[in-house]
Amino acid sequence: MELTARALWTLVHGMGFGALYLLACSGALVELYRLTTSSSSSEPAPSQQRFLKVYLLAMVVLAWAAVLTGAYVIYPWYRAVPSPGTTDLAMFPQRLLMSSPTTIGWHSLGMEWKEHIAWFAPISITMVAFVFIKYGRDLKNHPQLRAAVLCFAAASFVSAGIAGFCGAMINKYAPVQGGHTIQLSRGEEK
Amino acid sequence: MKMPNGDSLPNAPALTNGSGSAAVLAAGIGSFALAVLACAGDKSAAVKNLLIFYKPTGPLSGVTTTAILIWFFTWGILEWRWRNRIVAIKRINVVAFALLGLSLLLTFPPIVDLF
Repeated sequence: MELTARALWTLVHGMGFGALYLLACSGALVELYRLTTSSSSSEPAPSQQRFLKVYLLAMVVLAWAAVLTGAYVIYPWYRAVPSPGTTDLAMFPQRLLMSSPTTIGWHSLGMEWKEHIAWFAPISITMVAFVFIKYGRDLKNHPQLRAAVLCFAAASFVSAGIAGFCGAMINKYAPVQGGHTIQLSRGEEK
Repeated sequence: MKMPNGDSLPNAPALTNGSGSAAVLAAGIGSFALAVLACAGDKSAAVKNLLIFYKPTGPLSGVTTTAILIWFFTWGILEWRWRNRIVAIKRINVVAFALLGLSLLLTFPPIVDLF
């Protein structure tokens, strides 16, 4: 069982940062709603607020790590241009997708959308984290601000979801390959 | 929020909404800047070339770096101006949501292709 270095980076970007961020989003939305809604009778313990602040900061780190590794590590491999006359496009995912009418849409729609919409996730969640860290439980006394925070957190979730879906589908049809091989285990014949 | 005699009003916000509103509006402006730059880079070869800050990543490097700088700059200015003020958050939210909505639309390739 082996993995190439580029495939490992793609895993770190997509499964490590991206998928973890998406998982964290649903928890953040619920906790933000629960801790800042004015109808909740009991005051949350300071430790609960502190937990959510750390949780949101971790999400900020995950979101930025996902877009930065995507744009500066994986994307250059994705958009690499083959030398004239190259027939095997396996190492050139963008060109591989564009070479067939059945897959070109994954580049012209999927990647073109993903590469930009993904950035709304870190921008939105950074704002959400900043506002929650600054206001904390006092957000329940600012219903409009609370609505904005929840709306941007939801937008962040949607943006990351679209980017994640497009990324997963692109990697299915034209995986980023190459780099040195990492051997994970030796298979045994049965 | 304090009453004239120094007591706090029950359920009154402890902080003004200025700082939060600045962050919300700046996030909307930053997102919109990113969408407009992406659209401009797609439509104009000259803009596209200008936005190549890091060759292996291409114009995406310039689109995102410039948008992030615009976002932080706007946030800094708004934070400085509104930090201790109570602002018309309802109107700010409408503008921020509109900018966010437009940004989501402007990054969708079939809509970009309409221009």
